[in-house]
Amino acid sequence: MELASHLHSLILEKSVWAAAVAIFSVYVVNKAGGLIHRLDSYAPRAEAEKTSSHPLDLLLKLHDEPLAINGVDVNGKFMADGKEVLGYLSNPANYPVSIRFGRPRLTSNEKLMLASMFHSLFAIGSQLSPEQGSSGTEMLETDSCKLHCFQTLTGIKFAVLANPRQAGIDSLLQKIYEIYSDFALKNPFYSLEMPIRCELFDQNLELALEVAEKAGTFGPGSQAEPAMDPPHFGISCSRDPAVSVPMERPTALLVPLEMGGC
Amino acid sequence: MSRPAHRRPEYHKINKDLFVLTYGALVAQLCKDYEKDEDVNKYLDKMGYGIGTRLVEDFLARSCVRRCHSYSEIIDIIAQVAFKMYLGITPSVTCNNSSRTEFSLILDKNPLVEFVEELPAGRSSLCYCNLLSGIIRGALEMVHLAADVTFLQDTLKGDRVTEIGITFLKKLDEKKYRRKK
Repeated sequence: MELASHLHSLILEKSVWAAAVAIFSVYVVNKAGGLIHRLDSYAPRAEAEKTSSHPLDLLLKLHDEPLAINGVDVNGKFMADGKEVLGYLSNPANYPVSIRFGRPRLTSNEKLMLASMFHSLFAIGSQLSPEQGSSGTEMLETDSCKLHCFQTLTGIKFAVLANPRQAGIDSLLQKIYEIYSDFALKNPFYSLEMPIRCELFDQNLELALEVAEKAGTFGPGSQAEPAMDPPHFGISCSRDPAVSVPMERPTALLVPLEMGGC
Repeated sequence: MSRPAHRRPEYHKINKDLFVLTYGALVAQLCKDYEKDEDVNKYLDKMGYGIGTRLVEDFLARSCVRRCHSYSEIIDIIAQVAFKMYLGITPSVTCNNSSRTEFSLILDKNPLVEFVEELPAGRSSLCYCNLLSGIIRGALEMVHLAADVTFLQDTLKGDRVTEIGITFLKKLDEKKYRRKK
């Protein structure tokens, strides 16, 4: 499902070398479904950098976009100095060249769209719930992350995307609500339902996340993971036309907590 | 993993006199700016509405009240928790009609009018505490409840107590969120 694969792109790849960033991002969605604030804690992503000489042993197709060439970030199909990527790579004079591949980050527009999508799913979830008068989706779980959501009585939603083993997210959500009511709402120049651009709000939010990460307990098995799958890249470059690298597939969506931990 | 049932509200205390004097200065300035009492009342209500829409989130975040299932529950919470938290007083609640949509909050002691003896001459229909009615109206609207809030009795106009009447109108439709342009 599109949403799940996008959710996957929001989180850190599972890897024993990865820093234990427990809380990946925080989203604040207003009553109409618009994203009014987001905070992503960027962690080193699984990327591969490869130096190669001409000719390139990978066949880059038109839609493949490397993250960086020779250490300089690539902007879509063009490099920092305006040259076209494919043109640069086909010129033997530019070799040896080092290309970095990885999962591309979501753009701001994509995040806005995901927030609205989540808002609608939340509403559908509360309608579909077998319980009468359901208060909405509280948690969305995948095998590599958990999305915790808290909707206030006024309709604002706070969503925190975190490591599945991170505890104490409920109290973190409550704390974020308090920070919102203090530093965003009490700011006389902030208009309701608009994107939050308050310095104090950002600072206090980051502080709250740090406190939550330090205080949160990790369950068993968080350190030593069994042999991991090799990182999957969302690109379809191929060594030769017959073989293609498999695309990332989410392995579980809305799997209930069966381990009993937490 | 449930949320704690009750949390001590963390609020900073400031000098009550400063607050009461600030409010008085606000009303006095509005009286200078506008000749008609209705205008002053209207602007006090409007300012209160703006405060109420923001204050309600602070209230909900700090007091951890659960979702209410009836109007009388809501009025009880306003009187016993909200007024206590923000003004330090606990008004008593009466219900005015049989269908339980009209209520009154009776304040024996109104801290806002502590230093005011009586309304100035020529300002007989001024509603001194109209900010409060705006706050209540704004707060209720943010939780999707339309209400009419008026002052039924006012000590500054000669009554014995201050009475705030709250009439719940039809419940606002939750699904209609109007985008602000």
